[in-house]
Amino acid sequence: MQEASAQPAHVHAPPEGFIRKHVFSLDHKVIGKQYYALGLLAVCMGMALSWLMRFHLVWPTTRIPGLELLSKAGAPGGIITPEYYLSLLTMHGTLMVFFVLTNAPFAAFGNYFLPIQIGAEDMAFPRFNMMSFWTTFVAFLVLVLAFVIPDGPPISGWTSYAPLSAVGQDAGPGMGWGMNLWGISIAIFCIGSLLGALNFIATTLDLRAKGMTLMRMPICTWAWFITSCIALLAFAVLLPACILLILDRTAGTSFFIPSGLVVSDRLQPHSGGSPLLWQHLFWFFGHPEVYIAILPSMGIVSHILINSMRKPLLSARVIIYSMMSIGFLSWMVWGHHMFVSGMNPFSSLLFSFPTLTITIPATIMTMIWLGSLYGANIRITSASLFALGFISMFVSGGVSGFFLAQPSIDIVLHATYFVVGHFHMVMGVASIFGVFAGTYFWYGKMTGRMMNEKLGQLHFWLTFIGTYCIFMPFHYLGLVGNIRRYSAFVNDFTGPLMPLHKFITIAALCTGAAQFIFIFNLIYSHFKGKPASENPWEGTTLEWSIPSPPPWNNFGDKHPIIYHDPYQYGVKGSKGDYIMQDSPEPSAS
Amino acid sequence: MSSATYPSVRVAASAKVRSAHAEASRSGIWVGICTITMSFMAFISALYVRQGSSTDWTHIVLPRILYFNTLALLVSSVALELSRRALAPVHGSELDRGAVRRGLGCLTATLALGLFFVAGQYEAWRQLAAQGLYLATNANSSFYYVLTAMHGLHLLAGIGALLLVISRLVVAGNRFRRSTFEATAIYWHFMGVLWLYLLLVLRTKL
Amino acid sequence: MGKMFAIVLVIIALASAYPIARHMYVPPEDISTHGHAIDDQLSDTMAEAGFSFLGAQLVLAFFVWKFSERKEGAKLKNFPGGAKLMVTVAFIIVGAEVFALGVLGQKAWANVYFTPPRPDALQIQSQAGQFAFYFRYPGLDGKFGAIHPDKIDEGNQNFFGLDPANDIESRDDIVSGELAIPVNREIHLLMHAKDVGHSFYVRELRIQQDYVPGLDLSVHFTATKIGRYEIVCTQLCGLGHYNMKAYLNVMAQDDFEKWLKQKASEQ
Repeated sequence: MQEASAQPAHVHAPPEGFIRKHVFSLDHKVIGKQYYALGLLAVCMGMALSWLMRFHLVWPTTRIPGLELLSKAGAPGGIITPEYYLSLLTMHGTLMVFFVLTNAPFAAFGNYFLPIQIGAEDMAFPRFNMMSFWTTFVAFLVLVLAFVIPDGPPISGWTSYAPLSAVGQDAGPGMGWGMNLWGISIAIFCIGSLLGALNFIATTLDLRAKGMTLMRMPICTWAWFITSCIALLAFAVLLPACILLILDRTAGTSFFIPSGLVVSDRLQPHSGGSPLLWQHLFWFFGHPEVYIAILPSMGIVSHILINSMRKPLLSARVIIYSMMSIGFLSWMVWGHHMFVSGMNPFSSLLFSFPTLTITIPATIMTMIWLGSLYGANIRITSASLFALGFISMFVSGGVSGFFLAQPSIDIVLHATYFVVGHFHMVMGVASIFGVFAGTYFWYGKMTGRMMNEKLGQLHFWLTFIGTYCIFMPFHYLGLVGNIRRYSAFVNDFTGPLMPLHKFITIAALCTGAAQFIFIFNLIYSHFKGKPASENPWEGTTLEWSIPSPPPWNNFGDKHPIIYHDPYQYGVKGSKGDYIMQDSPEPSAS
Repeated sequence: MSSATYPSVRVAASAKVRSAHAEASRSGIWVGICTITMSFMAFISALYVRQGSSTDWTHIVLPRILYFNTLALLVSSVALELSRRALAPVHGSELDRGAVRRGLGCLTATLALGLFFVAGQYEAWRQLAAQGLYLATNANSSFYYVLTAMHGLHLLAGIGALLLVISRLVVAGNRFRRSTFEATAIYWHFMGVLWLYLLLVLRTKL
Repeated sequence: MGKMFAIVLVIIALASAYPIARHMYVPPEDISTHGHAIDDQLSDTMAEAGFSFLGAQLVLAFFVWKFSERKEGAKLKNFPGGAKLMVTVAFIIVGAEVFALGVLGQKAWANVYFTPPRPDALQIQSQAGQFAFYFRYPGLDGKFGAIHPDKIDEGNQNFFGLDPANDIESRDDIVSGELAIPVNREIHLLMHAKDVGHSFYVRELRIQQDYVPGLDLSVHFTATKIGRYEIVCTQLCGLGHYNMKAYLNVMAQDDFEKWLKQKASEQ
C-alpha cells in the first residue's frame, strides 16, 4: 500500500473491507464480474426453464418429480398445465433477453474491459456504475418474485402484447400480480441499463489514454461503445412503454385497451386505446435490443479471432463502420415484427427495405471475417473455436432472417417455429458463443488462473453440435407450419412432426447437460487452474500489459501511452510476432 | 513509473485525471439529456398515436397557474446563470468570499423558484381534479398527468442536484467541485427547455 | 482440432441442407389464387439462402482446414483484393438480392393487401375470442346485425352478442363454429376480436392476419380446392392458445347453399 502523498489523484480511493471490495464495489472490474455472475445465474434459470418446456412438449403426461414444489397450481403432480407452460415460456424469454444477453456480452465484459482497453483506471462515474449493477440486480429479484407468488408468473410472453398484458387478472392465470411484477422489473431494468450505457459512453469519449485515438480502440471496445449508444436510446423507449402499461393495468387508463372487450365474461371498463401502440413502442425498443445482444459478441469474436489468427483482419475499420451501420439501420426496421399485425400494409414494405438492407453490412462483416482467415495461422483454443463457431452460427441465423424480412414470406412463416429457430440461432447461440469465447479468453486475466483447455474444447464440441441439433430442425418445423408458443401440439399436421420434436428435446437436454462442463471448469479453474501470466495469449491490447488479475486501479501508477493501432500481429516485435499497443518500438511498415 | 517521481509530474498527472473527469461530467450530462429527450419523445409519440387511434379525444383547458409556473422556471434559469457568472473561475487565484456569497444567493433563488414550480404543478393537478379530470378520466387527462409527472420527477432530481451543489458550496467554500455545478446547470436549463416544449404540446394537442 | 472443426462443420452444413434439398419439410399444397406468388418467392429465397449458407459454411470449413495450426513461422498472406473486394462483392451481390427480393417480392404482398375485394365477394364475419373462432353469415338481407359486447352470452350460444329482438338485421344472421365457403368464390373475411389479440392462419390458403381488438380488419381470398383445412390461432392469447382452432370447409357451390340452409334452420 503506497503512502497517500505518492499517489496521483484517482477516481476513487483503494477499496478497503470486504463489503467495499466485493459487494458495493466502485471498481469496474468487480462490477463486471458481478454482472457476469448475474448473467450466469439467469442463464442457468433460463436454461432449466427451457428443459421443462421441451420436456412438456414431447412427454406431456410424464411426471417431473418435485416440480409441484415449484408451483402447486402450475404443475400439480409434477405435470405442467397449459398456463404454466406459458409462464415458463414468458420467464425464459424475459430472463434470457434481458438478464443474460444484455448483461453478459455487454455489461459484464464491457464493464471489465472497456476502461482497461482504453487505458483508463476506471469508468467515468464509478458510483453510477455500482448503482447500475445493483439496480439490475433488484430488477432480477422483482422478476423472480413472480415465481414465488401464488398466482405465478405472467403468461403473455416476453413481448407482453396488449390487451392480454394490459387488462389485468381477467386475462388469465399469472396476469394479476405476476404481470405487475414483470412490468416493474423491466422498468427497473431499463433504469439500470441506462445508467450503464451512460457510463460507457462518457468513459469512451473522455477517459482514453494519451495516444488512444478512437480508431486505435480495439474492435470490442468499439462494439461496446456502439451498443451503449443504442442501449441509451432503446431503453429510453421501453421505460415509458412499461409505465403506460402499468398505468393501464392499475390506474384504469386506456393507452392500449380499446372499448368493448369482454374478457372472462367481464366487459372491460376501458376505451379508445390502441393495442398496436404497445407493439410499436415495444418493437421500437425490441429491435435495437437484439442488436444490443449481438454487437458485443461480434466485437469480442473479432478481437479473439485476430489474436488467434496472428494477423489483423483485412480491415478493422470496415468492421467498425459495418457495426455502426447496423446500429443505425436497427432503428428503422421495427415494423418487421408487425408485418401481419394489422398495421398499414404499405408500412410493411417500408420496413422490409431497411431490414433487407441490413444484410449488406452483416454480409460485409462475414466476408471480412472469412477473408481474413485466408493465409492466417489460426491457433486452435477453446476461445478461438467458439469464435469460429460464432461465424458459423451467425451465418445460419442470419440466412433465416432473410426469409422473414420479406412480408409475403412472413405470411407463411410468422409465428411459426421458423422465427423461433432464427432468433435462437442468432441470439441464443451466436451471441452466447461470443460470451463463451470471451470467457475462455479473458478468464485468466480476470482471475489469475487459466481455464482448463481440454474441458473447454470438449465443451465446445458438445455445444456446437448440440445447438445445431436443437435449432436447425426448428426451421423445418416452421416451414411445415408448426406454430410457436403452443403448450401442446394438437393440430392435424403436427402429429407427424413429433419424432423431430423428440429429437430436439433430447438434443436440448444433452446440450444442457454439457454446459455443466463449463460451469465445472469455471469453478475448478478458480482454485486449481494454471496460474495466468500477464500475456498468455501474446496479445497486443492494453489488457495484456497489466498483471493477471489487474490491481485495483488497473495500471498502477502508470498512465499508458499508446503508440500503435490495436492489432499489430504478424510483425517482428521485440517479444514475438506482435507489437503491443503501448510499446514504443516502431510499427510494422 | 515508481512512486519516487517528481512532484510536478505527479501534480500534472493528477490535474490531467481531474480535468478528464470534468470532461466526463459534461459528456455524461449531455448523454443523460439525450436519453431523457428520447423517453419524452416516446411519450409524445404515444400521444399522437393514441389520438389517431380513436374518436374519444377531447379538449382540456390548461389551468392558468401553468403559465406562472413556466415563468418561475424560466426566471430560475436566469438566476442560475447569474450564479454561474458569480462563481466563474478566476484565472490563477481562488474566488473571494463575496463571489461565493453572490453565487450562493443566486443558487438559493434558483432553488426557491424551482420549488415554486413544483408546488405550482401540484396546484395545477388539484385544479384539474376539481374539474373532474383525473388520471384515467379520458385520454387527454391521462397524458396531462403522465407528462407533467414525468417532467416533475426529473425536475425533482434537478432540485436534489441543486441542494447537493449548495451544500458543497456552503461546506467547502471556493473549493467546491465545479464539474458537478456545471452539469447541474446544464441539466436545469434543459428542464426549462423541455418544459417549454411540453407546454407547447399540452396546449396544442390536449 | 482445426481439421476436426472443418470436418464437423461440413457434416453439419450438409446435414442441415439435406432435408431442405429433399423437400422433406414443406408447406402444404397451396389452395389459393394468390399463393403461387408467395410460394415462388419462398423457393427463390430458399435457393439463395441455401447457396449463401452452404457457401459460407464450406468456405469457413475450408479456410480453417487449410490455415489453422500451421507450422510456427508459416508465411501469412492476405486474401487478394483485400477488404475492398469483400465490400464491393457484398454490395453488388447482396444489393442485387435485396433489390430483387424487395422490389419483385412486393408483388406477392400487393396481391394480398393492395387489391380490394371484389364487390360481389361473399362477406363472412369471423370473431376470435378466448379460445374459439366463430363465424357469422349475413343471411338473406346481406347485412350483419350490430354486435353488443354486453349481450355476449356463451352459455346461450350468443357468441357475437346479437340482439335480434331490437336489431332487425341480426335476425337472419347465421352463426357457425366452422368456416364453410364455396370453392372458387372470393371470400371477404371480416375480423373482429372479442377480448385480446388473436390471429387467423390457414396454411393452405397462404393467409395469416392478426385480429386486433378495436380495429376493423379483413382479408380476402379465393379457395380453389374442396376440402377441410385447419384454421389455427397464431397470436398468444392465453392458456388455451394451443387449442384454439377451427376448420375451413371448402365446398362445391350447391353443397355450400345446402349447408347454409341447414345452418339457418338451426339458429
